[in-house]
Amino acid sequence: MSYDPVIQQAEIIRTHTIAVLVDNEAGVLARVIGLFSARGYNIESLTVAEVDAREHTSRITIVTSGTAQVIEQIKAQLDRLVPVHRVVDLTTETEPLEREMALIKVKGGGEKRVEALRIAEAFRARVVDTTLNSFVFELTGSPSKINTYIELMRPLGLIDVSRTGIAAISRGPEAL
Amino acid sequence: MMNGEKITGAEIVLKALQDQGVEVIFGYPGGAVLPIYDEIFRQENRIKHVLVRHEQGAAHAAEGYARSTGKPGVVLVTSGPGATNAVTGITDALMDSIPMVVLTGQVPTKLIGSDAFQEADTVGITRSCTKHNWLVKDVNDLARVLHEAFYVATKGRPGPVVVDIPKDVQFALGNYVGPGNVAHRSYKPRVKGDLERIRQAVDLIATARKPIFYTGGGVINSGPAASQLLREFARLTGFPVTSTLMGLGAFPADDPQWLGMLGMHGTWEANHAMHDCDVMICIGARFDDRVTGRLDAFSPHSKKIHIDIDPSSINKNVRADVAVIGDVAHVLEDMLRVWKSKAARPDKEALAAWWEQIRTWRGRDCLAYKNSEELIKPQYAIERLYALTKDLDTYITTEVGQHQMWAAQFYRFQSPNRWMTSGGLGTMGYGLPAALGVQMAHPGSLVIDIAGEASVLMTMQELSTAVQYDLPIKIFILNNEYMGMVRQWQELLHGGRYSHSYTASLPDFVKLAEAYGAVGLRASKPAELDDAIREMIGVKRPVLFDCRIDKTENCFPMIPSGEAHNNMILADLGAQTVSAAGKTLV
Repeated sequence: MSYDPVIQQAEIIRTHTIAVLVDNEAGVLARVIGLFSARGYNIESLTVAEVDAREHTSRITIVTSGTAQVIEQIKAQLDRLVPVHRVVDLTTETEPLEREMALIKVKGGGEKRVEALRIAEAFRARVVDTTLNSFVFELTGSPSKINTYIELMRPLGLIDVSRTGIAAISRGPEAL
Repeated sequence: MMNGEKITGAEIVLKALQDQGVEVIFGYPGGAVLPIYDEIFRQENRIKHVLVRHEQGAAHAAEGYARSTGKPGVVLVTSGPGATNAVTGITDALMDSIPMVVLTGQVPTKLIGSDAFQEADTVGITRSCTKHNWLVKDVNDLARVLHEAFYVATKGRPGPVVVDIPKDVQFALGNYVGPGNVAHRSYKPRVKGDLERIRQAVDLIATARKPIFYTGGGVINSGPAASQLLREFARLTGFPVTSTLMGLGAFPADDPQWLGMLGMHGTWEANHAMHDCDVMICIGARFDDRVTGRLDAFSPHSKKIHIDIDPSSINKNVRADVAVIGDVAHVLEDMLRVWKSKAARPDKEALAAWWEQIRTWRGRDCLAYKNSEELIKPQYAIERLYALTKDLDTYITTEVGQHQMWAAQFYRFQSPNRWMTSGGLGTMGYGLPAALGVQMAHPGSLVIDIAGEASVLMTMQELSTAVQYDLPIKIFILNNEYMGMVRQWQELLHGGRYSHSYTASLPDFVKLAEAYGAVGLRASKPAELDDAIREMIGVKRPVLFDCRIDKTENCFPMIPSGEAHNNMILADLGAQTVSAAGKTLV
């Protein structure tokens, strides 16, 4: 057996954040999602919103994982969809800027309620809804920061979470 | 039409088809396309319409038309079952990169989503089996979308598209726009290859000691110029050439540099040359599993050059050392120019030794079979069919199975666009309707569907279409009463347990032909074969030819699933064991 460093490297699974600029037309999201399910690729997060109303273009941000070969295939497959303008892998040598927003509902009173509020302050989470026995916090940050916050809220009465998924952009002066 | 005058959606459809140069539509009417059929009635045969007997037949006929002409095939079907019946043909066209525009009727826009009669989510169902699809909800988008549909179907890697048109849109009045200059917003496939990559490829080719051209359907799709350029490049270099099933005819089978088809039922010499080569020049092929066999043992010592118009084909299954993205004809033209300007010469001695090696492999005579005086051997039948039709203007289609592989092995194609077969999807029932499409495009030519009796029964109803339109197609059935390839796999992989691969109660094909108003012929003995084939060729009507062959003949060579190229089964070696892993593969 010969040792092939290329193959060895190809087996490493990495997480990539991919930005896809598409025509904002009916069915475009179904095409992207259908491609991932038909070819057995992973979707860890997917967000979409119109980014240019005049040009009718939307930006889809997909977090996926795979070997280098799989990531290359995903990009090529996305790029060949007809309404796709551009596909950019934001995960290069430097990690892209990634932010996510979460709405987190915590129910309870007494010491736990005070503690939840204290932690919220430390995380710079905003209170966007209050009753006498509940809070809704709004928190923006990296996915890992939100994960940590959710774990901290769990013993303090966490009952509901809604997350936006990841919005990402590259660092530096270059556009997509 | 006056400028700015509004016309109905149905009129827009016909006008767009005319402006796109469409000569023939294959279709089947129904409630949701009646306004378009009304326009077809009124335009009095400027565009011919062929009424098929099942929508799958329409799609395959359009494929045959497209494959034999290089022009897109056009299909018109109704909503619901009309669209779903066409799905097999659409998927077939996607897998084999056949340009096809499918127009489907849809229930009126107000009824969409209400589970109306004959409603199906056609764009949803066909999203994964088309290159692109559209639902047109506004009549003023219709003309633009139709022109865009032809653009997408034919540009880049060709493929099928679907335009779903609700019935109210067909009645509505709207503005027509001509094809004009289609500058698509987002879809702009690259046809010219990167020159630096082409230079790298030429440098690599020049150093080759054991080279091979591995060519595919992309050479055919690129047009006749690509085949000419391939022949010129092969002559200049003196390299051996092999091809996939889809690429047959791009390089002449009579050429001494031709090694025959490669892959699962490819020749001993082609597969061994692929395995042992040091430089592989893949042109318009996609390293399909039927070609590569076991991936980790595929051509282990070669550098690979891959030319493909679809970037997603590169590094999908096999890593390319030099990848050139572009149209085959454009890339080969540039490659030849660079080759000539560099006055590149491969090592003559190394090449002579390589050809010496290939001669040894050829000496194995891998397609040899034991002929019989009593039984018609399928290989013999194809050899005789070839001998008696090679000097005629002949087109061949096939169904799927053993007969298809024997046709690929024994019918020697000399030019492109003469061979229509379902390669990727492997659709039994493809060949008969495909032959209709070929015959529509080439009325004076001899069009033969080399068929199996099981496959041909899947779309047999289209014989009625052939009779209606005086399409004198010849359906040459290699009748062994078995689903031959299934039977062969059961023999080799499943201990000879022939589970449901034998068709009892087959029809009498001669009587069946007569019932349809076609001509039925039969040959059961080798001695009868030539005369019967001559009679078939001479009849200017559709013919169903029942060629009774040896029932248990197997198709060799064969690379068992999960094996490498250099581990082939030959007829005279007999069955060998297949690994448990190989058994689970298709």
